[in-house]
Amino acid sequence: MNFLSLFVLIPVLMMGGLFLAKNLKQIRLVATAGASLLLALAVGLVVAYLGERAAGNHEEMLFAAKCLWYAPLNIYYAVGVDGISVAMLLLSAIIVFTGVFASWKMEFLEKEFFLWFCLLATGVFGFFISLDLFTMFMYYEIALIPMYLLIGVWGSGRKEYSAMKLTLMLMAGSALLLLGILGIYFLSGESSMNLLELAKAHIPTQAQYWIFPLVFVGFGVLGALFPFHTWSPDGHASAPTAVSMLHAGVLMKLGGYGCFRVAIYLMPEAANHLAWIFIILTGISVIYGAYSAIVQTDLKYINAYSSVSHCGLVLFAILMLNQTAMNGAILQMLSHGLMTALFFALIGMIYGRTHTRDIRELGGLMKIMPFLGVCYVIAGLASLGLPGLSGFVAEMTVFVGAFQHTDTFHRVFTILACTSIVITAVYILRVVGKILYGPVTDKHYLALTDANWYERTSTVVLILAIAGIGLAPLWLSDMINGSLLPIIQHVKL
Amino acid sequence: MDYSSFIYLKEELSLIAVIVILLLYDIFGSKKSLTYFQPVACLLLVGHILLTCCPAPAVLAIFGDTPAVDQASAGVYPLFSGMYNLYPLGSIVKSILAVGTLLVLLQARGWLESENTVIRRGEFYVITLFTLLGMYFMIAAGNFLLFYIGLELASIPMATLIAFDKFRHKSAEAGAKYILTAVFASGLSLYGISLVYGTTGTLYFADIPAGVTGSPLQIMAFIFFFVGLAFKLSLVPFHQWTPDVYEGAPTPVTAYLSVISKGAAAFVLMAILCKVFGNLIEQWQAILFWVTIATITLANLFALRQQNLKRFFAYSSISQAGYIMLGVISGSALGVTSLIYYVLVYMFSNLAAFGVISIIERRSGKVTIDDYNGLYSTNPRLSVVMMIALFSLAGIPPFAGFFSKFFVFAAAVAEEYYWLVFIALLNTVISLYYYLRVVKAMFINKNETAIAGFRSDAYTRLSLVICCAGILLLGILSVVYGSIHHYSLGW
Repeated sequence: MNFLSLFVLIPVLMMGGLFLAKNLKQIRLVATAGASLLLALAVGLVVAYLGERAAGNHEEMLFAAKCLWYAPLNIYYAVGVDGISVAMLLLSAIIVFTGVFASWKMEFLEKEFFLWFCLLATGVFGFFISLDLFTMFMYYEIALIPMYLLIGVWGSGRKEYSAMKLTLMLMAGSALLLLGILGIYFLSGESSMNLLELAKAHIPTQAQYWIFPLVFVGFGVLGALFPFHTWSPDGHASAPTAVSMLHAGVLMKLGGYGCFRVAIYLMPEAANHLAWIFIILTGISVIYGAYSAIVQTDLKYINAYSSVSHCGLVLFAILMLNQTAMNGAILQMLSHGLMTALFFALIGMIYGRTHTRDIRELGGLMKIMPFLGVCYVIAGLASLGLPGLSGFVAEMTVFVGAFQHTDTFHRVFTILACTSIVITAVYILRVVGKILYGPVTDKHYLALTDANWYERTSTVVLILAIAGIGLAPLWLSDMINGSLLPIIQHVKL
Repeated sequence: MDYSSFIYLKEELSLIAVIVILLLYDIFGSKKSLTYFQPVACLLLVGHILLTCCPAPAVLAIFGDTPAVDQASAGVYPLFSGMYNLYPLGSIVKSILAVGTLLVLLQARGWLESENTVIRRGEFYVITLFTLLGMYFMIAAGNFLLFYIGLELASIPMATLIAFDKFRHKSAEAGAKYILTAVFASGLSLYGISLVYGTTGTLYFADIPAGVTGSPLQIMAFIFFFVGLAFKLSLVPFHQWTPDVYEGAPTPVTAYLSVISKGAAAFVLMAILCKVFGNLIEQWQAILFWVTIATITLANLFALRQQNLKRFFAYSSISQAGYIMLGVISGSALGVTSLIYYVLVYMFSNLAAFGVISIIERRSGKVTIDDYNGLYSTNPRLSVVMMIALFSLAGIPPFAGFFSKFFVFAAAVAEEYYWLVFIALLNTVISLYYYLRVVKAMFINKNETAIAGFRSDAYTRLSLVICCAGILLLGILSVVYGSIHHYSLGW
């Protein structure tokens, strides 16, 4: 057992603690304590990781440990992190932490809510620390199922429909994924599920051609790959605040991370040859998501379609298969995770006060709740890529990377994807202008209060992280770049 | 005849001892002492399980001698000149079945205490254990005759169990349906066996493979034989009896049918396919391929629209049998390991679900999915047990069902059945939909008139706790899978 397993152990212990908790106060205590511990652990991990690298440790995966689990199939419980997973773990810890604060006031069944929330967190953290395909897949599925109940029980609107749609689509994705994983396992000739060993082995090129699409689409469903993104708007719109945050902020990143870590890393040849198909699909995601966001009237739908667009950009950048673009992809995952979580948190707070998410019924909120208004503007600016905030760093890197391809096909799609920045500006500014400025549409709104302390905690932490990445991106992109090197060498034919 | 061989029949002999004791106790026990009938029966069965679980060599060592081990088929001790096979894998399956039977008996207690059945309580135990004995013989058989006797012993008393609530029309009808199909099926099997004898001149499993050449008559023999077992396993297209019988039978009997009887049939089918019809592997794999696809897919599609939970689980168990067939079709050591593990996990999951259905049916008389609306608000614990069981059946981690599904898929992919696994995987998504329907009813749907809260009896609670522990721990503790695999290496 090394300390990485704590990332899984803490949520599990939290579940135990919640199970024993008797009242709301104790539930909050357990949730806050656990989430803080996770955040501290993630920060500690970043420090330890940077320390190890500075000390000249050039292993691909640090803090690696493994123990045999299922001997007949050579399945290990193997953990280890590189710069990319460290970044994702930090992101997850921040979102879980802020998610707890965002769901401070639950109306009913608080205990069950946090229990499922912790199970979701277990899956997410476990996924990022896993080095073994079996445990990775297991954690991936662990993260999926709590979504059903979290949306179905605590959601709003057409929650049952959305919850079922989301669960079934993601399960269908994971079905493809499982077949791909079994194919990798048996065809690589390694009889191993370990990522590093599989990367050294060579999967026959012929097999790569059918496994790669399975795995890429399997993970891509979770990363909102067009045309498998339709679960995302409904799911996000119906989910309760903290679940939207965690789902859009972290869970969708599982898709991008998986595409990158499993599909591209293990099957470089197929990735090079088949990338064009998926570049077209992700290109459509980017543009289509952005255009759809323009015409939506529900705040959550706007943000959900914006997520489709931004997550599409992540997959798009990964498929560029060069270092700059991939670095941008990881940064974009972080940046999108943080700002979309901030968006969903703010939307939840606004909805909790006004009881509507329809932008036609909202207006002049800046005067009534200046704190939330300012936060919303910051989130919006981050989303449209204002320099100084995280969105700029990420998108800039992505497009610089994408532009390194000189052929017409890549050029055309890069330019098309670039236009999404403008479209993003359109829908963001439209919403900001409509709901924050202008006349107050409803007199009742005048009596509403601004953010409480727990809402402020949640938003301030997220804004600090967004600004942190925006102002000082170098340490982060260096950390990611270092870890990308072995992968890029692998992918370059 | 060498009578000393009898000491190696520890599983069968101890089970017969239990049956005889219970029979005598039921007949001669005073009214007062009969109130302890159930605890005594359960304890005797626990003793029997402990003896079964003991590895054969350890028991044999007590008697000071061990029979000659046939090195070619590692771990198999042929007894009575090959009529009976003692092998560790068989003992494992027997102990799994015995544990399952114990769980069913625990769950059946409340039902047996009711007015109509209390005087026939003893019969229930004895008949159930007789069917279990039949399954033991099927598993241990080294000759088609013994196998056939086991098959009959496992099916004919079953009909009386199904018709146990004889005053309830549906139960009696289900019993009649079952006996007709079961007899028909075993008749077909017997015809197949006679053709095998006709073409090979022997009924001993060990000698048949040498005579199996793949002639059309032998393929026909195999098909007839297979159909008989397919009826028991309720594979499509031989599944038509299942929903009616499951619905009509008393719920504990349904549970027994869906788990124990099915598990035994699956293992025996695999054993005979590999050991006896090993030369026909290409033919039977081709047949099984389509049967498996049809079983999983059709059963899933039918399950989508069921309202009655017992019919629902009938279709669900048909499709689960299809997943078990993925292990059979691979025909490898990995396959048999995965099959046994799957049966074990499926047993705990299905019995947990049936335990809940059974107690709710008894307390409120309700068995449809809509009746379960809002169950979580009144009976949170039962709902959670049901949810765990359903998620395990659907193959969701961290529950054991995920691992068992993964291993059967792995076994099939190892033999390059990519399309089959692909279809099976898509079916898991469909099955998730209908399992979630029940979860949705319990947790999400609101209901003013939800089933009132009640405290279940200690026996049911014990069985549910064991089932949940099994579901939660079997996947994480890899030692179970590892030890089954250890014994299956000589497969």
